[in-house]
Amino acid sequence: MAEHVRVKPLMPPGHVRTPAYLRGKTGVIERALGAFPNPEQRAYRLEAEDQPLYRVRFTMAEIWGDAAETPTDTVDAEIYGHWLERL
Amino acid sequence: MPHDHPSHSHDGTSPSGHPYRADNDTPLTYWQRMEIAVRELLVEKGLLTPEEIARQIDAMDARSPARGAAVVARAWTDPGFKARLLKDAPAACREAGVDIGPLNLMVVENTPHEHNLVVCTLCSCYPRDLLGLPPDWYKTRAYRSRAVIEPRAVLREFGVDLPESVQLRVHDSTADMRYIVLPARPEGTDGMTADALAALVTRDAMIGTGLPHRP
Repeated sequence: MAEHVRVKPLMPPGHVRTPAYLRGKTGVIERALGAFPNPEQRAYRLEAEDQPLYRVRFTMAEIWGDAAETPTDTVDAEIYGHWLERL
Repeated sequence: MPHDHPSHSHDGTSPSGHPYRADNDTPLTYWQRMEIAVRELLVEKGLLTPEEIARQIDAMDARSPARGAAVVARAWTDPGFKARLLKDAPAACREAGVDIGPLNLMVVENTPHEHNLVVCTLCSCYPRDLLGLPPDWYKTRAYRSRAVIEPRAVLREFGVDLPESVQLRVHDSTADMRYIVLPARPEGTDGMTADALAALVTRDAMIGTGLPHRP
């Protein structure tokens, strides 16, 4: 069963590895990748907590709406757990 | 036409007809100065020698798409290896004798029904241990944005006209994984050796912007 998630629509300053074009968008978890140190802390030499990392699959229709080139094509991106909310 | 007058260079072109490139004795940027300062300090303090630095640069330059091509060709000729490669790419690469260091690698497979394309929209993440240094276009804002906005148009510019019936999957390497595409084995290659097959596998075929050569 596909697990639906939404990327939190946050716009924090600093080093963030969640692309802005995916914030607020809904996708399904393609797979869990395991835990990785949080780059938002690592970038500033802070002690980095491990965060679960997921590959999330988004449709072009979800990302670009009516402007999508081919609505059923997909983008898979790696998103850290603290950026995701389950639906 | 400059090429018609190889002995003339009054117009600022070389004898071969190309413009002279300006000398690069312009002021250094902040980061160039920083790199030189750190490098000289490391050498002065005896932590590194210039020879070690040169050797490391040689090692980086020695990485080329030939490594990725060898892995692809092995996958084309050895179904068991292909299954292991798709399941655990770092372990399979090590098994094939390709040292990919601590790289977290994923291999995504092209089939008659699915095509994969790799991009890093945030910067220029690239599986350098398998493909060498990324091409300049891979790092441009144009590729990084258009690969997720209009990937089929980008593919057409690379000479790949994807039928609408083929599912396109773009992989944005935003975090800790790196990706290479396992292209579909071209038709007419039955009986070819892995070495001969590897010669058909281009860098772009492993990024997903191209297809392997046909024999």
